[in-house]
Amino acid sequence: MGMAGRETVAGTQERSRNTENILLEVRHLAKYFPVISGVLFQRTVGIIKAVDDISFFIRKGETLGLVGESGSGKTTTGRCILQLERPTGGEVLFDGQDLARLTEADLRRVRRRLQVIFQDPYSSLNPRMTIGQIIGEPLMVHGIVHGKGEYRERIHELLGVVGLNPAMTDRYPHELSGGQRQRVGIARALSLEPTFIVCDEPVSALDVSIQAQIINLLEDLQARFGLTYLFIAHDLSVVRHISDRVAVMYLGKIVEVADRRELYERPLHPYTKALLAAVPIPDPGVEAKRERVILLGEIPSPLNPPSGCVFHPRCPIAVPECSRTVPELKEVSPNHWVACIRAEGYGTQ
Amino acid sequence: MTGGCGDVLLQVKDLQTHFFTQEGVVKAVDGVVYDVHEGETVALVGESGCGKSVSALSIMRLIPTPPGRIVGGEILFQGRDLLRLPDEEMRQIRGKEIAMIFQEPMTSLNPALTIGRQLTEGLEVHLHMGPREAAERAAELLLLVGIADSKRRLAQYPHQFSGGMRQRVMIAMALSCNPKLVLADEPTTALDVTIQAQILELMRDLSRQFGVAMVIITHNLGVVARYANRVNIMYAGKVIEQGPARTIYTHPRHPYTLGLLRSVPRLDQPKKTKLEPIDGQPPDLAHLPPGCSFRPRCRFAVERCGYEVPPLMPVETEHLSACWMADSLANPRE
Repeated sequence: MGMAGRETVAGTQERSRNTENILLEVRHLAKYFPVISGVLFQRTVGIIKAVDDISFFIRKGETLGLVGESGSGKTTTGRCILQLERPTGGEVLFDGQDLARLTEADLRRVRRRLQVIFQDPYSSLNPRMTIGQIIGEPLMVHGIVHGKGEYRERIHELLGVVGLNPAMTDRYPHELSGGQRQRVGIARALSLEPTFIVCDEPVSALDVSIQAQIINLLEDLQARFGLTYLFIAHDLSVVRHISDRVAVMYLGKIVEVADRRELYERPLHPYTKALLAAVPIPDPGVEAKRERVILLGEIPSPLNPPSGCVFHPRCPIAVPECSRTVPELKEVSPNHWVACIRAEGYGTQ
Repeated sequence: MTGGCGDVLLQVKDLQTHFFTQEGVVKAVDGVVYDVHEGETVALVGESGCGKSVSALSIMRLIPTPPGRIVGGEILFQGRDLLRLPDEEMRQIRGKEIAMIFQEPMTSLNPALTIGRQLTEGLEVHLHMGPREAAERAAELLLLVGIADSKRRLAQYPHQFSGGMRQRVMIAMALSCNPKLVLADEPTTALDVTIQAQILELMRDLSRQFGVAMVIITHNLGVVARYANRVNIMYAGKVIEQGPARTIYTHPRHPYTLGLLRSVPRLDQPKKTKLEPIDGQPPDLAHLPPGCSFRPRCRFAVERCGYEVPPLMPVETEHLSACWMADSLANPRE
């Protein structure tokens, strides 16, 4: 990640956006994890670059979908934005303020406005707390409500907002179905009236018939409260449905960002194309006619990533140059960024 | 188009597997009916708790007893009822005639044994091979499932393989004794989408190459559309719709199937403004409502649905539905 590359990415994005509407901007974000070996004499034997110099922005009220396979760094990106992981480098500008530089005390004040919904509603709710306590805890911690009456009223209101019966207040998580638990997780995230929510695979643990319920709920809440989402998922059909723009990650890098329609109708990066081709369509008639390009190989170890473009060992159109140069993320048409020297329009910039 | 390539290989007839728990009797599988013909791929589709995995484990007679017990029905494999076979004969069938691939290869492989040992065990037990012959065959099997450098890989342990590679090993193990039938329980659910595509294509190619019949158990409607000849949709322990894959997808005749198909966003269609979910919650098997189990979530329910369980009835040739309103669903796709 040379300095020249940094200037280009941030610079291009600077020119072609409406700065006023940006709620969150990530610049050159990096998160490295040391790999420690030894029990007594511990030493660092390697570095995992979970997130390696990524830049993107999210406008107020929009949903940015972040897709990628396991190990691509999408969850770490979300955690770095929330400062649940302190980034190794780069900036996380939230309403112009760099969260990465805030002290813990200052962060606590900002955190009210940034919330998270986790993937697994089974492990993210404390089994010893009632639904009311789970939703009410943030209200107490941040001293938002005063008095028992107001506290209870607010919990009932939040349950109603996410489509649960207020009678659930005194129930425990194990008494609820997966979909209901995810609604509790959403109610807790909403309790502090956030402006920005990281949705980390919020429906992938749920049954198909329940997924649509939760997706519709997230969309309704966004419209009602003017929320901004970072929607992290591996299901490309779901991401297409919910996102305004989509970023694709591979091995710690963003390889493509574009408006939803553009990305799905005119994908430029060979990895994006392969991902889209791999999604089976629920229609035997369509599938029978579909030509399937199967991506060979597996995602390499982030401990020892390939040189040059990290995708080149699996890329069907790689040339020798790809193993030597790290391709920058470049805007090849308005609002369409791609990091591939073989992509259409990339060289003509 | 039946997709049935040959004679009937497996007939599951009115299978009932119940679990006797403190909360009461859980009828995990409650009257499951389906056939598998030689060489074809049949899908069991449904959401968590619908009984699809338990019905497969019942075929292998791997239900933990207690609390579970197969309380009724027949499982005819090449005409023989597996439920009546002595344990010793069942052991000859398990892994040899019928093999199984599980969802999570990390938990179904033994972490303390090399991949080679796990592959050769079946060959030695079922095919009576000597150690050297078995080792050679194991190396061939790894190559067959796309694992290069197979000699070295045989000496490695499961943790040294990636998720996709472990599933390839599972496939190699399943095919090692030339089975007639492979039961694949959510074989790609734990895998990334590009790896999922690799594994599914591999399974299809190998099943064609060796003429193995497959039962794919999944919740993924896309996977079914690409790989299955015939489909069984399950809900609350029962098969509620059955038919050729194309018919099920284009002319579903059960409200649950229709709901499932409508609730998933599709990459090949224009983006919908709103998804159409199925209302309500999945059924609680210990406390099922009287009548049709799907009634509380059904938009087409009539009074009769509340007290009379609809049987699986033919609605067209080879197409069955368990719904009193199946006729009125004949042309619902607006």
